[in-house]
Amino acid sequence: MSRDTIVLLGVNHKTTPLAIREKLALSAGYDEPLRALGQLEELREYYLLSTCNRVEVLFTCQDVEQARTCVLERLFAHSVSREELDQHIYQYLDDKAVEHLFLVAASLDSMIVGEAQILGQLKEAYRQAAKHRCSGLVLNKLLHKSFSVAKRVRTETRIGASAVSISYAAVEMARKIFGDLAGKKVLLIGAGEMAELAAEHLVGQGVASVIVANRTLQRAVNLARCFNGQAVALEELADQLQHVDIIISSTGAPDLILRKEDVRPVMRERRNRPLFFIDIAVPRDLDPAINELDNVYLYDIDDLHNVVEMNKSERDKEAVKAYRIIAEEKLKFSKWLANMESTPTIIQLRTIVEDLVRAEVEKTMGRLEGLSGHDQERTEKLVAAITGKMLYRPLHYLKNDNHCISLPDRINTVRSLFQLDNGNDDSESP
Amino acid sequence: MSFLLFQGSVAIYLLSAAAYLVFFLTKKTTVRRIGRAIFLTAFLLHTVNIIVRYFEAGHTPITSHHETVSFFAWSLGCCYLSFRWRYTVKNLGTFVSILVVALMLVATFSSRDILPLPPALQSWWLPVHASIALIADGFLALACVGGIMYLLQEREIKTKRFGLFYSRLPSLEALDKLNHHCLSVGFPLLTLGLITGSLWAKQAWGAYWHWDPKETWSLVTWFLYAAAVHQRFTVGWRGRRVAILSIIAFLAVLFTLWGVSFLLKGVHTYVS
Repeated sequence: MSRDTIVLLGVNHKTTPLAIREKLALSAGYDEPLRALGQLEELREYYLLSTCNRVEVLFTCQDVEQARTCVLERLFAHSVSREELDQHIYQYLDDKAVEHLFLVAASLDSMIVGEAQILGQLKEAYRQAAKHRCSGLVLNKLLHKSFSVAKRVRTETRIGASAVSISYAAVEMARKIFGDLAGKKVLLIGAGEMAELAAEHLVGQGVASVIVANRTLQRAVNLARCFNGQAVALEELADQLQHVDIIISSTGAPDLILRKEDVRPVMRERRNRPLFFIDIAVPRDLDPAINELDNVYLYDIDDLHNVVEMNKSERDKEAVKAYRIIAEEKLKFSKWLANMESTPTIIQLRTIVEDLVRAEVEKTMGRLEGLSGHDQERTEKLVAAITGKMLYRPLHYLKNDNHCISLPDRINTVRSLFQLDNGNDDSESP
Repeated sequence: MSFLLFQGSVAIYLLSAAAYLVFFLTKKTTVRRIGRAIFLTAFLLHTVNIIVRYFEAGHTPITSHHETVSFFAWSLGCCYLSFRWRYTVKNLGTFVSILVVALMLVATFSSRDILPLPPALQSWWLPVHASIALIADGFLALACVGGIMYLLQEREIKTKRFGLFYSRLPSLEALDKLNHHCLSVGFPLLTLGLITGSLWAKQAWGAYWHWDPKETWSLVTWFLYAAAVHQRFTVGWRGRRVAILSIIAFLAVLFTLWGVSFLLKGVHTYVS
């Protein structure tokens, strides 16, 4: 009948090259896109996730095709053409969507399988959605479930312990270039979490010192303190390049902050000592042409992914376990979802009855707005009470287990009895 | 006697190169240990071969083509071991052992007759000049091998397409250090080789410099290396450019060694 379909649309590092992801990333924060989605009538519940490796939107709706078109139009039409988008975007429905969300939360779909950051990002995205009151019954349940799945995967498998992270890959590349990291200096541009992680890794490898450059100096100072490092302003970047060996950039800047022409003169002054740039920002901070310079190596997040791929087999065994957990949890959730199919019916039923009652009460009592606050409250209570009493039996019939008649049948009965589907185009969701 | 020793060392060098190659492909460290042991054995046998030949010939065996190339191979092995003793450069052995085998095969197929030493060459300058020059060549060959490895590794890191070499070759820094070491030892030796050669020429032929093809080409080689060393130590070139320069300069070394002897005739031609 007309249970809402759960739809997940998205792009990630597997389907989409960085150049496109850059354009799709919601770098301005969640507020605006969430508000934009809120204007769409087709969506009932929705939520958005945007990280450097993925942009995903999850929503429930009646008409999948129409909702999909609207959502893509709203979110991405200004940045990427429709054809290009269709080529990269993936779409999952119901069970598949649930499974995908669980995979993402458990970090099995991450570029670096097992990294823990994604869960934090997911929680933040959910917090934003909840703040804007975009998530409802189904998504609340689903997202909370995904958090607990992630936790279960983390505790029951060793996938996190053997997590080969971006930072690990960065360290490995640095070792291929510099051999020994002792005595090398690291410059962090932007005080993001990823950068911090990578720096931590490098310090663990014996890197001599860490310099942090950030737009707001205070954050730079705070982060630098963690590493006994030094904070500098973003304007001093070019000077700093002379002294450091490894640069990790992760600012949220929409444009490039270092270009080939900025780096070229530095190399002369460095007497060609190698420079290793790591760009983990999306959109990218560093000009890809920097890599063309002699003795300069630039790796962006996709390149590091290839490094990660090379030593991946280790984790695959743990991944099998994790996939089993997710399959289990998906089953549980589907069961819950099946029980919840009556929810839209209940809501519709409630609205119809309430509207009828209210209309009759209004007719009798004259215009309700004319009443004093106190009386208005009373009439509201009256409306609610009559509605509740009237609906008690049908709802009881819907909700309680009945061994002879299955839930969809009961829903069907109630819907035809109250003529809930009349006037709708009665589209059956898959 | 020396013939037998030579034959034996060639065979064992071949074996070690094979072992190194197996290690290169399979990355099994036990194979590397075996390869290294075999290489060392071959090297020692080769050393004995050169000593025995010294007594058989009655003079330093660096006069005929066979002897020169064989000594060249020996000095390359020597340089490799000296470097290996101080630094580890992953899989350098594979490349070096293959080059040594190639040189030994060249030596195998050239005439092994012991030639009587022309009177002009009978001097104690012979061992000094020839061995210094060839040991310099050994270091320069090692620089070339390092350069080739550097270029292979650098290309994979730069293009981000990780193939056969990425995991098997050492870090760029290590290869650059190899180049640094080999140039800073090889170039002074090369210079010394030129100086001793010119002193000997003064004694034997009465003039320091004759402009015979060998001398000219040695000078060309010297200038190429001087350029590399200059760029490296004062301008601060490193990595790819120096690697390329080292390879080009080593081609000049090979030309001085063979090209001059076979294409252009001069005082140094061994057969004369």
